Amino acid sequence: MRRIGIDVGGTNTDAVLLDGDKVVFAVKRPTTKDVTSGILDALKALRADPAARGPVDAVVIGTTHFINAVVQRRNLMKVAAIRIGMPASASLPPFCDWPQDLAEGVRGEIFMLEGGHDYDGRPIVPFDTAGMRAAARRIGDLGLRSVAVSSIFSPLDPSCEIAARDILQEICPDVAVTLSHDLGRIGLLERENAALLNAVLHDLAVETVAAFRKATAESGIDAPLFLTQNDGTVMQAETAIAFPVMSFASGATNSMRGAAHLSGLEDALVVDVGGTTSDIGQLRHGFPREANAVVEIGGVRTLFRMPDLLSIGLGGGSHIDPASAKVGPLSVGYRLTQDALVFGGEQLTATDIAVAAGLLDIGDRSRVASISKDMIAAALTDATRQLEENIDRMKTEAGDAPLIAVGGGAFLVPEKLAGVSQIIRVPFGDCANAVGAAIARVSGEADQVFRDLARDEAIAAALEIAERKAINAGADPGSLKTIEIEDMPIAYLPGNSLRVRVRVAGALNRIEASREVA
Amino acid sequence: MNEPVLTEITLEDIESLAVGAWILGTGGGGSPYLGLLNLRRLYAEGYRVQLMSPLDLDDDDRVAVVSNMGAPLIGQERLADSRNIARAVEMQEEFGRFKFRAVMSVEIGGGNGTQALMAAAHLNIPVVDADCMGRAFPEAQMTSVAIGGLRPYPCTLYDPRGIEAIVTKVPSWKWMERASRKICVEMGSIASTSKAPRTGREVKDWGIHFTTTAAIRIGRLVREANRLHTDPIAALLESEGGKRLFTGKVVDVARRTTEGFLRGSVAIEGIDDDRGSRLELSFQNEWIVAWREGKAVAMSPDLICVLESVSGHAVGTETVRYGQRVTVVALPAPAVLTSPRGLEFVGPRAFGYDLDFRSVFEERPGAGV
Repeated sequence: MRRIGIDVGGTNTDAVLLDGDKVVFAVKRPTTKDVTSGILDALKALRADPAARGPVDAVVIGTTHFINAVVQRRNLMKVAAIRIGMPASASLPPFCDWPQDLAEGVRGEIFMLEGGHDYDGRPIVPFDTAGMRAAARRIGDLGLRSVAVSSIFSPLDPSCEIAARDILQEICPDVAVTLSHDLGRIGLLERENAALLNAVLHDLAVETVAAFRKATAESGIDAPLFLTQNDGTVMQAETAIAFPVMSFASGATNSMRGAAHLSGLEDALVVDVGGTTSDIGQLRHGFPREANAVVEIGGVRTLFRMPDLLSIGLGGGSHIDPASAKVGPLSVGYRLTQDALVFGGEQLTATDIAVAAGLLDIGDRSRVASISKDMIAAALTDATRQLEENIDRMKTEAGDAPLIAVGGGAFLVPEKLAGVSQIIRVPFGDCANAVGAAIARVSGEADQVFRDLARDEAIAAALEIAERKAINAGADPGSLKTIEIEDMPIAYLPGNSLRVRVRVAGALNRIEASREVA
Repeated sequence: MNEPVLTEITLEDIESLAVGAWILGTGGGGSPYLGLLNLRRLYAEGYRVQLMSPLDLDDDDRVAVVSNMGAPLIGQERLADSRNIARAVEMQEEFGRFKFRAVMSVEIGGGNGTQALMAAAHLNIPVVDADCMGRAFPEAQMTSVAIGGLRPYPCTLYDPRGIEAIVTKVPSWKWMERASRKICVEMGSIASTSKAPRTGREVKDWGIHFTTTAAIRIGRLVREANRLHTDPIAALLESEGGKRLFTGKVVDVARRTTEGFLRGSVAIEGIDDDRGSRLELSFQNEWIVAWREGKAVAMSPDLICVLESVSGHAVGTETVRYGQRVTVVALPAPAVLTSPRGLEFVGPRAFGYDLDFRSVFEERPGAGV
């Protein structure tokens, strides 16, 4: 199977072609303002190489486009929020903890209706379908085109959200609807926030996916298009239109997954050294360990599946303080090729130190010849100290662990680090994120509370739900593997209540994939 | 009726209270975040809350004791609502045919630390600067008023779908816990409750005083240290006379539920000065005993607080996870909890540990008594 992986980063757009497990071709191009032409440039370079011609089975894109839109408050639409669960949870309406500027930009209208469920599946009160019909008519009258629906305990019983969608589709069929249970976990405000963020991105998702399709078509590639998700798995382009929030943290995840693939290691630490920051994470069974906590996106609390990463201000473009030899956290960023000494600029950067130390051979070496040996040693020692301290913070077990060093700034990682058994560098490591996109798998998740079941029965039931979801998303049933099982007994609930969260992932099913081309 | 000095609680105070109450929650009681959101909204709508000293209460004043009862996980879906807690208090007034002078929280630790303020805003009466635990505990009988042998009934429970329940009489605090817990479970495992009303005299004799201001003070220290990038934990220990027990990284978390409680243990591997050593914490909703090399080095009712080493914010028994960098500290318990009768209710044996209570602060003359 031949797949193209593309990572659209802040500085570079990387593209790789994988034939089976092997990287055939890799290219880096500057990211452009319109994103599409950067992708097109990269794809054209790839198609120009004789080795990279021939049919392609899938194109997988990782992008930070949607999260940047939220952070920068660009291209967002006004939405309606429907909360089902009254009279419970009445005092904290949708948008109640959003940054004011963002809320004001996107808050269309709020509807709070009776309904929702208890943890044990009993309705709180019957769903107010008459109120829902009135809300749908009002949404149509206001001309709102995107709606987020949340209902209390919908991850356990989504029926109120589904009934709301049916009414919306009947009364205002052109409205895009996001249901919170499709996005998340227990935690009403955070799940609702995720649904709202998803709804405000609807137009941008439609446009972006169309632009990605256009770029691949223009480069002469006829293959199904996928986008990578936060957890290192893929979704079909159609699904990405419906769930743009699922791509929010895919960049860092892709580089970790790529590192796993390129090194053949499934359990290791990873450091991805870029131009501005180093991201440190931990691979478990080939996937990044996830943060088990609330994640803020543009100031909004959410509970997305995000990799547990530690980001520090250490990269190839980091400033070096001439007095103390401290590295970072300031960086020249995308201006590295203008501002660094070796490129004729005036700013002493980590890249200059690496060239002076003989670790790297780029730019004009004579421009860093006067840097003292003490300065070089002190700066490299500071980079080492930062890496050692933060790698140790990310470790979850005592003892030394292997570390895979990837990214364009990986030259800053020394050959030996305290707490690290072995430092692994891989070919194509500077395009690890695009490799991670190319190899991404299809996943399914279940997160539910089970009562009156033995622990293993509850886990088995959750596994079945997760597997069904993965297969529906295009996974080959024979290749499914369990990525994560977490069970959490719940205080004060009767019947041995157990909350079980399970995640499975499998290879892309080729038949499902090709059906998507049309 | 004497004229009490009333102090208006500012929104800044409330932001600090949320941080401090989470620390005083000693791992349990749920996060005060949703209570904080309620209060931010109430303040934006013009509501204000006044704080009064327990010493300013008249002997025959009535004081409402409020709490939000239930599993914190349920509280993440059925969100805390200030009107519900106010309704539970009104039910007491209707049942007893009297008016409350003021309201107080049953426990200052965790999410309940903000409940009294939420009720007070709607009822337009002050909050008493006191509670019945000085921290958080898992059960209704683990309070200073139970230790004082005060009457455990009546208790009102309110559910927003229109179910209102009153437990009018029970033979003991334990029975009150059992009866009201059953009702709470039927209500969806979350209910707004107003516990047995107290007189001003009882609050003066048996309340744990000035705990609201303590929570605000602790939260303010931590937030200020975060702002200035100074050490919040050092500031906390100095201000509250606390003791650092251990600094390390969480390496193991085991949880189970038994009889409806979240029980388990956490292992922390030492770093810095504690490198090469290991601390184990046993919990039942709250942190109960800290063990070092098999020896109990701190135990309930001394407050065992697990804090994120850098931010100084609290880590709960439901949110603790592998890899977290934490500092475990002990704060001295209120004297009523460490009295011989207090230890029967909240000492290590009340949680099933065959240990004689020994305070971390024993060596320090005057502390913890």
